[in-house]
Amino acid sequence: MGRYLLRRLWMTVATVVAVLLFLSALVHIIPGDPVQQVMGPRASPDFAEQVRDEMGLDDPAPVQVADFLSGAARGDLGRDFISGEPVTAIVAANLPHTLALALSALGIAAVLGIPLGVLAATRPDSLADKVLGLLSVAFVTMPSYVSGLLLLLVFPLTLGVLPATGAGDLGDPLDYARHLLLPASALAITWVGYLARVVRSSMLEVLGENYVRAARALGLRERMIAYRYALKNAIIPTVALLGVSLGDLLGGTVFVEMIFSRPGLGSLVVGAIEERNFPIVRGAVLVIVLMFVAANLLADLTYRYLDPRVRVDKEAAR
Amino acid sequence: MTAQTTPPGPAARVGRGLARAAALVVDLGRTWSGALGVTLVAIFLLVVVLAPLVAPYGYADQHIAARLQGPSDEFWLGTDHLGRDLLSRAIYGTRIAMLVALPASLLALVVGLVLGLAAGFRGGRLDRALVVVMDAMQSFPAVVLALALLMLLGRSLPNVVVVVAIAFAPAYARMARASTFVIREEAYIEAERSLGASNLRIVGTHVLPNVLPPLFILMAINIPVAVTVEAGLSFIGLGVPPPDPSWGVMLDEGFRRIQDTPWPVLVPAATLMLSTLGFTFLGEALRDRLDPRLAGSRGGRGA
Repeated sequence: MGRYLLRRLWMTVATVVAVLLFLSALVHIIPGDPVQQVMGPRASPDFAEQVRDEMGLDDPAPVQVADFLSGAARGDLGRDFISGEPVTAIVAANLPHTLALALSALGIAAVLGIPLGVLAATRPDSLADKVLGLLSVAFVTMPSYVSGLLLLLVFPLTLGVLPATGAGDLGDPLDYARHLLLPASALAITWVGYLARVVRSSMLEVLGENYVRAARALGLRERMIAYRYALKNAIIPTVALLGVSLGDLLGGTVFVEMIFSRPGLGSLVVGAIEERNFPIVRGAVLVIVLMFVAANLLADLTYRYLDPRVRVDKEAAR
Repeated sequence: MTAQTTPPGPAARVGRGLARAAALVVDLGRTWSGALGVTLVAIFLLVVVLAPLVAPYGYADQHIAARLQGPSDEFWLGTDHLGRDLLSRAIYGTRIAMLVALPASLLALVVGLVLGLAAGFRGGRLDRALVVVMDAMQSFPAVVLALALLMLLGRSLPNVVVVVAIAFAPAYARMARASTFVIREEAYIEAERSLGASNLRIVGTHVLPNVLPPLFILMAINIPVAVTVEAGLSFIGLGVPPPDPSWGVMLDEGFRRIQDTPWPVLVPAATLMLSTLGFTFLGEALRDRLDPRLAGSRGGRGA
């Protein structure tokens, strides 16, 4: 475990450094003068010069990359091109909304997806299993923007329930939760299907194990066997999945935040791309990537902790 | 496989290939989800080819007097804000979806294959460097990576192809690398080498035929994902530019008027879901049929 941990940490650090290099090089790859791109031809030469100077855009490229790296290490991600506010503060203000969205989506997916998977696995080849099989594929293939638009059409626009836009008041938990319900569900639908499929197949595997047969021979009720004994082992592979899923959840927040006009990192990135406000894009993308990397690391280590069989170093063969 | 005494002529070979493909399709149709996949994809491909024949109107034909209408005898699925027939636009949209998804998946496969073969066969420093780069690329959620790249490249259909290919390539590279690693150590490779075979010959005649099949299966599973990523990027306004009838563009235009009428959103949403569902069922049936070991895995998801 120790050697694996070191290797895994070293790979993570190398990955983060590579990401940082890519992001700090962004501005140099953008065709044209970034200041002109943002301010348009109307910016007076003096003003453009001043902005360029403040941003350090006249420094040689390696100096700029080094500046960004040392700034990022100190938590300074530069300044907004347009308002001049620190990027770190803007990102920090948007981060909680995206985290709340992604985590509640994961919660909804777990609460719905896991029991559905168990249900299908305990009745293999029944009608319920077949219907659930079709439904889960339909859910898995449904992009979050389609589910978001459909939920928007059904609930706020047709039934007139639940708010259509905004994030609500952070100080009022009930109001905030009401605003969170539809966007989180839109994001969760894919993962309800995914979890149901993964839990089903790993439950089927576990239900064939000897200890389950022993439990049956002892006369335990099927429900008890499924939920108390089998699920405990069947749930382990989903932990490894959760790390990967957070990345897709974070990608999905881009669409969902846009559809429900929620503040957050996703809508921040899209808005900044439209304005070509690259310091914001760089900072927000960096934070999204860091969350993804951290989640992956955490899920991987938890998985290894929970299932001793995978602790053998398989990395070399990967 | 029985040994051939005389090599078959080209006509016989084509005939046998077709027969084998037909047998595979019949085989895939044996499970109900496979049958559904084959049917939906067949309809989809027919629509792609026959779009001008089956579409009642052109995708850009405007009927200004009939804007934002619901379904009627004249416009079966209604019209959008410019009075364009939604059914016709959705039908032509199949072409945009294929025009992005097929080349993007193929490009990702080729790039991933080359990188994976190089990393797996050479090993050492090249391998470690490529793994770090692949890991870095896969630390971006696919959509976010595509967004960042599109900011650099600008909005156009070919750029969407390139960006989707870049986002997907690491998954292929990983798979190609892993199987190259395994094959490289086989005894028959060592035997070939001791007989003086060049690296190129070993890769071409032994490694490639073993590495390719799982990559094609991954591609089959990735095509619907590429369709949804393209539509998603176009929905945000960074993908295929209007007036091309990308389903994502249609969703975006419908979203702006969602309070007035649901049809401009419902039509592209339905075609998007039906086609991705069809391709996914087909891809999974193909995977289960050709490589049961991969069952349960699904290529990188984007949206």
